[in-house]
Amino acid sequence: MADVTVQVQNVTKIYKRDSLDIPVLRNLSLSIPEGEFLALMGPSGSGKTTLMNLIAGIDKPTSGNVTVAGTNIDALGESQLAAWRSQHIGFVFQFYNLLPVLTAFENVELPLLLTNLSKKERKEHVETALSVVGLSDRMMHYPKQLSGGQEQRVAIARAIVTDPTVIVADEPTGDLDKKSAEDILDLLVRLNREFKKTIVMVTHDPHAAEHAHTVRHLDKGELQ
Amino acid sequence: MKVIKLILRNIFRHKLRAALTILGIAIAVMSFGLLRTIIGAWYSNSDNAAPDRLVTRDAISFIFQLPLADRDQIKQIPGVKEVTFQSWFGGIYIDKNQFFPRLACDPETIFDIYPEYVVPTDQLDAFKKERDACVIGERLAKDYKLKIGDIMDINGDIYPGKWQFVVRGIYKGQKETTEETNMFFHWDYLNEQLLKTAPPRANKIGWYVVKIANPSDAARISEQIDGLFKNSDAETKTETEKAFAAGFVAMSSAIITGLQVVSYVIIGIIFLVLANTMLMSARERTREYAVLKTLGFTSKHLAGLIFGESIAIAVLGGILGIVLTFPVVSGFAVAMARFFSHISIELLTVVLAAIFALLVGIIAGIFPVIRSTKTTIVDGLRQIG
Repeated sequence: MADVTVQVQNVTKIYKRDSLDIPVLRNLSLSIPEGEFLALMGPSGSGKTTLMNLIAGIDKPTSGNVTVAGTNIDALGESQLAAWRSQHIGFVFQFYNLLPVLTAFENVELPLLLTNLSKKERKEHVETALSVVGLSDRMMHYPKQLSGGQEQRVAIARAIVTDPTVIVADEPTGDLDKKSAEDILDLLVRLNREFKKTIVMVTHDPHAAEHAHTVRHLDKGELQ
Repeated sequence: MKVIKLILRNIFRHKLRAALTILGIAIAVMSFGLLRTIIGAWYSNSDNAAPDRLVTRDAISFIFQLPLADRDQIKQIPGVKEVTFQSWFGGIYIDKNQFFPRLACDPETIFDIYPEYVVPTDQLDAFKKERDACVIGERLAKDYKLKIGDIMDINGDIYPGKWQFVVRGIYKGQKETTEETNMFFHWDYLNEQLLKTAPPRANKIGWYVVKIANPSDAARISEQIDGLFKNSDAETKTETEKAFAAGFVAMSSAIITGLQVVSYVIIGIIFLVLANTMLMSARERTREYAVLKTLGFTSKHLAGLIFGESIAIAVLGGILGIVLTFPVVSGFAVAMARFFSHISIELLTVVLAAIFALLVGIIAGIFPVIRSTKTTIVDGLRQIG
């Protein structure tokens, strides 16, 4: 049995809006083994993005523990968590979230600016990541010069350039046409199979979820 | 280098907004520089005053005149080398907008006491010989295209009547900062008319200018002069020429204070312009800042980016403003040459403008930095950019 990469234990998450407490996750536990491709499905407001955010270390649980790659990330301070995220988490967003003033190359290079890599090493890493996503010929293009599918592939290259432990993808095909969506899903499958990346993907789309090894459904903050 | 590149690209993401902001800062910095330069020019006359000259005027007010007979008594005081006098004539030359000092003086001594007004010997001799002759500054001659032998018609106001003067000399300033807009003519010419038309006003002068041998005796001599006329009908007040000129400036203190206040208000305007731009930019980029945080960038990194952008805009605007200040001040100096003998930008003004621009850049960045720091990643990612 593979090692557990992500361990979510008895996690509850309650958001406060003015004087209202809004429970989003209720005493949820989840284990994700290394090399897993997990799809989280559920209706809007079910808590799937919140769960993904907790795993990615961009939000903290109200109670319970989240351990990723052996680190209890709830115990980390803001700057420690930022450093941890840069090493262990690769993000893929629904709307790509590339910086419009930077080229594809520069967008992918961004996470590497926080490392001690030399300029030459950074260039090698970026070129490798862009070749993995099939965009070696678009390195100097700005996001507005790329199609939606190409932008998402640049975003995936940015997510993998630091060789993270886990890739989290929030509706990665939600803004794409069918063909581009299929290409992105194939790319994620390839990253999982060839590069043994653990992937947590949030999706509404049952077809997208079919590409994952495991599909878990969330409803009203509980795993079904 | 990458960070600087990102800062510069962020600045020019909205080219028109960036250009307008930089231009706004530049105009404000330029206005600050111009106002401070004008204030400096206002004080420059008192800075040009000679330390070996005293001015004796009526103790109550400058507008009251002194008896001509006082001159001989002042001359007797030890340490006094020479005494001359002047009267403010006023009058209208061409029209009321043509302002320059018209002064009735003693032609025999005036240019000995004011060696900074350099008159060619032949012209000075001609001036001394003719009772209706006058000497004008070179700047005045240029402005009104006057040359030797030309007639200047002046309508009197303080001394009513039509007055005619013949230009017999044109003086040149010894230094660049010397006033070249004065007109000097014979006090005797004025006094003759007063003896005929208004005898009670005759044989009086506006103020005495006393040349002393040693500037360190200024206090003693001033005290002795004023002591001579104590309890007389025309008590005097004697002070150094610098203090006398400063007194004139003090009369305009409300205007000068107003200009100083406006110059600092301009700094406030720069701040508001830049703070508005930075807040707009930061609000638009809330989502991007959240993305950078997810990638591992910390609040310190974001603060660097935001402060960098704010300071870069302020510095670009500041540099442009300082560069623009020079031609604007030059143009102002030409236009206002008759009012200000010398206008130049002081180094302190440039330094202050640069410091204020930098400070504004730093302060304007504070609010967006606080905002980006306080916004959580989750809230930032929800932002519709």
